[in-house]
Amino acid sequence: MSAEASTAATGTVVAPYRSSKLPDVKLMMWVFLASDTMFFGSLIGTYLAYHNRSLVGPMPRDLFDIPLTTVSTFVLLMSSFLMVLALHSLRQNDISKFRLWTLGVAVFGSIFLGFQVYEFTHFANAGLSVHQNLFGTTFFILTGTHGVHVTVGVLWLVSLLITSYLRPMQAKDAVYLEIAGLYWHFVDIVWIVIFTVVYLVEFL
Amino acid sequence: MATTQTAVSTRGKLFVRPTWTRGIGSWLTTVDHKRLGILYIVSAFLFMGAAAIEAFIMRLQLLTPNMNVVNPDQFNQLFTMHGVTMVFLAIMPLGIGLANYFVPLQIGARDLAFPRLNAFGYWVYAFGGLMIYSSWFLGGAPDMGWVAYAPLTSLSHNPGLGVDFYMFGLFISGIGTTGTAMNLIVTIVSMRAPGMTMMRVPVFAWMMLITSFMIIFAFPPLTIAFLEVILDRTFGTLFFVQEAGALPILWQHLFWIFGHPEVYIIILPAFGVISEIIPTFSRKPLFGYPIMILSGILIAFMGFAVWTHHMFTTGLGPVVNTAFSLTSFIIGIPTGVKIFNWLGTLWGGSIRFTTPLLYALAFLVTFTLGGITGIMVAMPTFDAQVHDTYFVVAHFHYVMGGGALMAFFGALYYWFPKMTGKMMSERLGKIAWVFTVVGFHLLFFPQHLAGMLGMPRRIQTYPEGIGLELVNMLSTIGSWVMGVGLILILAGVIHAFLRGKPAGKDPWDARTLEWTTSSPPAYYDFAVQPVVNSLDPLWVEKHPGAMGGVTAPDPESGKAYDAHGIHIPGQSWFPFVAALALTVGCYGLMYDNIVFAIICGLAFIFCIFGWAYEGVGGTHLHLDLAEEGK
Repeated sequence: MSAEASTAATGTVVAPYRSSKLPDVKLMMWVFLASDTMFFGSLIGTYLAYHNRSLVGPMPRDLFDIPLTTVSTFVLLMSSFLMVLALHSLRQNDISKFRLWTLGVAVFGSIFLGFQVYEFTHFANAGLSVHQNLFGTTFFILTGTHGVHVTVGVLWLVSLLITSYLRPMQAKDAVYLEIAGLYWHFVDIVWIVIFTVVYLVEFL
Repeated sequence: MATTQTAVSTRGKLFVRPTWTRGIGSWLTTVDHKRLGILYIVSAFLFMGAAAIEAFIMRLQLLTPNMNVVNPDQFNQLFTMHGVTMVFLAIMPLGIGLANYFVPLQIGARDLAFPRLNAFGYWVYAFGGLMIYSSWFLGGAPDMGWVAYAPLTSLSHNPGLGVDFYMFGLFISGIGTTGTAMNLIVTIVSMRAPGMTMMRVPVFAWMMLITSFMIIFAFPPLTIAFLEVILDRTFGTLFFVQEAGALPILWQHLFWIFGHPEVYIIILPAFGVISEIIPTFSRKPLFGYPIMILSGILIAFMGFAVWTHHMFTTGLGPVVNTAFSLTSFIIGIPTGVKIFNWLGTLWGGSIRFTTPLLYALAFLVTFTLGGITGIMVAMPTFDAQVHDTYFVVAHFHYVMGGGALMAFFGALYYWFPKMTGKMMSERLGKIAWVFTVVGFHLLFFPQHLAGMLGMPRRIQTYPEGIGLELVNMLSTIGSWVMGVGLILILAGVIHAFLRGKPAGKDPWDARTLEWTTSSPPAYYDFAVQPVVNSLDPLWVEKHPGAMGGVTAPDPESGKAYDAHGIHIPGQSWFPFVAALALTVGCYGLMYDNIVFAIICGLAFIFCIFGWAYEGVGGTHLHLDLAEEGK
């Protein structure tokens, strides 16, 4: 027994039995994202239910700047691309590239958030607020919730980045980056839906 | 060759992990699924006691016409709190608590996949519940009904803090419920014992898997609905402000998209319990195991497609009403399949009429009656007549009270020996059963008639001479009879603790893995990792060749899986403190103290980081099997 115990202490233990091939944390992330789908679904549903029901302006068409939002959407999409590169680098045990690409994702996410702050300020100056009309209420809460998700993602990636300096990070830790990546891609996809349903459909 | 424990390599020295095994600190920092299960079950019964007191006061008020035990305002608070408590704080947590305790044991796992998340789930539930109950002492309980329809919750119609307590309390406890459901899904998918394929998972665990999927899809719409009201009341958004063009019916949609699945979230664990009790006491395998699982899945799926039948009278039009009426009928089919399969299991079995089985039988009858009135109110034309009357009250009490609650009482009697190592008195149990069941039907059956006579629900009193005296008096007398039953159940629990006979491993001659552990199970659950190769593994072990000729695997074969040592997760303060910070922060928001709320928010974020960086921790346990008496 003591021989086995010492093996355990050196960290070369066999992993406990699992009846599924997916790591627990990854399955958890998939389940969480499934739940988050309904979360955003309800917010988008609320937005659509109140579409064109505002009694006073400003209205979406007065405010939306499609070229600007297209640029920020593109930045967010490219961040997902960098996310894939970061995961690939970590799996290859290339820590310096992993750090570079992860920093890239966080920076691109921050640029997207910067666009959102600019957009919110611009809309607020044009007289839109959560108290102004239903459009203001539903728009700010929907895109704001998405912004909070992006912020959480940026904080998460920065934490992983800092962690990589504090303790050795190897290819076997890739699953922790992978679940952050799953989250990131999901938040990205949600933005595509919001961009389409909220922004583009307005100008059909 | 003594039992040894080796600490899992701890990362960093900043966070000291508590290691108490006794005392209050060990309960506050516990991550053990059995302890959390007991905490859930005890808390749920305490909340149920509070809800029962509220119900008794209401029934006393309705004993005869024009009584004035409580005034209309107090009556509003009573029925709101009764509903909120029973649905969110009593029956649903009872199912989750039983799942916490028994799902890992049934599938041969030693804990849930994420023990600290499990602890967090319990603490936010407990704190959320206490928060709602603190409203009684802080300016009045919520008074808009448990469904909290807009615009009754708007600041202009309901300026008191009661609504805020409801919204914030359920908001945070909903986060915990969702987290626990995700945890159960990962556990059941990933942590089944070697050889336990999905079609060998016990029905209770299966039903909890399905329930968990329902929870993760049903709770987000409710969370959004709560969030929208909270934002309306705290930050002045316009989600339910009609003057700005908002649609109050949006609340009803969001609420019932959650609310109808919630009915099945409550009843599916009860179905699971019944599917454990009936085969055990009929000494037969469950009749039609695969079709039972499939009906459960179908119920869950259809459960998301019937929410509008709560809104037949809101004027959505004949097409919508017809469609949702049809889906509501369809959901009766898998439910009926289950009823017949339970009857099929009883049929020809060598039945032992123990208390758990008696509750299961009471469940079958009562739930079927509730199902039949369910089909009645699924007809829009009939619903238009009885909507918001006592008929509906009777219907959902037959389903929730006579259905889910009877099943959970059965579960209490069935699993109590496993949880405590003591048997409950059969005689006391059967007397309590008579009072509970007779009281229940005397309490709720007359309410069908009251509803048909046109008595609206949520009404503080009623005038003389319109034929409501007898039914209400019977109903109130029924509440006293049922109250005696509930007290006798409590007496049975106390009696068992004081005088209960030792239960032993397998007092019921049962079929599933939880009965292979000691009673109560040791903190590591199974001394040797169980390995299975059939449904009802314990039955096969006791009766080799019984289930279609299968034999039990060699009990030694599990040892190889334990070569790395049994992982016992480390205790942690973070779930408790995180839940506390979240709750206290909500008080800050409610009392418009934003700075305080932000400080609590930062404390919560600190806890999340601490949680992540302290790691799983714990020890690897190498049992000396001879020493442990195996």
